Amino acid sequence: MSEITENEVWEALGSITDPEIPVISIVELGVVRTVRVDAERTVVEITPTFSACPAYQAMAGSVERKLREMGATGVEVRTVLHPPWSTDWLSDEAREKLRRFGLAVPDRHQGNLEGAIEAGQAACPYCGSSNTRQTNPFGCTPCRAMGFCQDCRQPFEQLKPL
Amino acid sequence: MTSLPDEQTTQLVAGRLLEMADDELILSHRNSEWTGHAPILEEDIAFANIAQDEMGHALIWYELLRSLTGRDPDRLVFFREPCEYRNLQMVELPKGDWAFTVLRQYLFDTWEAGHLEALEQSRFTPVAEAAQKIGKEERYHLRHTAAWLCRLGRGTEESNSRMQAALDQLWPFHSQIWAAPPDYERLVTESLMPDLARLGSLWEDRVRTELSEAGLTPPGFGQPSAPLRDEHTEHLQPLIEEMQQVARLETEAGW
Repeated sequence: MSEITENEVWEALGSITDPEIPVISIVELGVVRTVRVDAERTVVEITPTFSACPAYQAMAGSVERKLREMGATGVEVRTVLHPPWSTDWLSDEAREKLRRFGLAVPDRHQGNLEGAIEAGQAACPYCGSSNTRQTNPFGCTPCRAMGFCQDCRQPFEQLKPL
Repeated sequence: MTSLPDEQTTQLVAGRLLEMADDELILSHRNSEWTGHAPILEEDIAFANIAQDEMGHALIWYELLRSLTGRDPDRLVFFREPCEYRNLQMVELPKGDWAFTVLRQYLFDTWEAGHLEALEQSRFTPVAEAAQKIGKEERYHLRHTAAWLCRLGRGTEESNSRMQAALDQLWPFHSQIWAAPPDYERLVTESLMPDLARLGSLWEDRVRTELSEAGLTPPGFGQPSAPLRDEHTEHLQPLIEEMQQVARLETEAGW
């Protein structure tokens, strides 16, 4: 019988951060989907933000190492693609952490992804103004785009709505 | 359904997945050739991203293929011979000028939009789920390339003539996109994969309309019959050689 509980696994995974956005954990990011612990096995399902996320393999490796450190038995880390990751999953708390990090997060689109992409804009992470424009729908990683605040005159990065 | 009924069906699905994965991989490689060379910085970033996204999508299909056949994605990519690749000829053509790259990506993105939407209806759950994931990300590509189609097609005399030249070069390859592999019909009957001929006809209607709006006209000729996917142009071999060069230097190296 494994002595580790599912709650303890969730808590431990909450200490792993996204290597490219070190201010939030992979649990807050929505990458960790399910945790199942029984006598023989410890199975964690994770999902990529964007399919080509360059940090994804590092995150999967960190999950596996963390589970082994805890002494979990029958460790298995699986990738799932459904439901597809969404920026809507980010909690208000996570959004605030990202904003302080300098990364704007688009408002929740609640399924109207096309509308959110069309609008292509997010509030400035520095001054909070909505008077911004998107300067490039692509950025330094697959999950980011670039914007410019027309009030505080600062360029900034934002997460792409997904 | 989460598993396929028999070995023959599994092989047919795996064969089609290999085609889809190879299309994404080779197009990704061609787009990556612009990194550091695109006409403006924003496009350098955009096309590096598009290339990376397509690589991610290729990996999704290769991983699904692995779950069906056990074939390792790295072995498939780095240790196959050019004649074993199953990608479209359209995606292996050299990157050409910016107009050619943009137009090819537009043609592929519009095809993928319809293809992925149809794949979401597959009764084989892993294919439907993957298509849904990829489809969300692809919206960014299509918006981008459709904007460029319009911008260059209706831009200056030179940008229009370069786009028309690109279209004249690409169009003869377009019908291969909906050519189905042998026995594919069975997968359509069982609702595992979509009817490619029907999607091809919808796709052609769409692109003819949008090309016309951009001031471009497809030439009145095409290939008499679409080549099989094991037939390639002379351009694939150098691409594969370059892509596999490092992996083949030290075959047991870890990354």
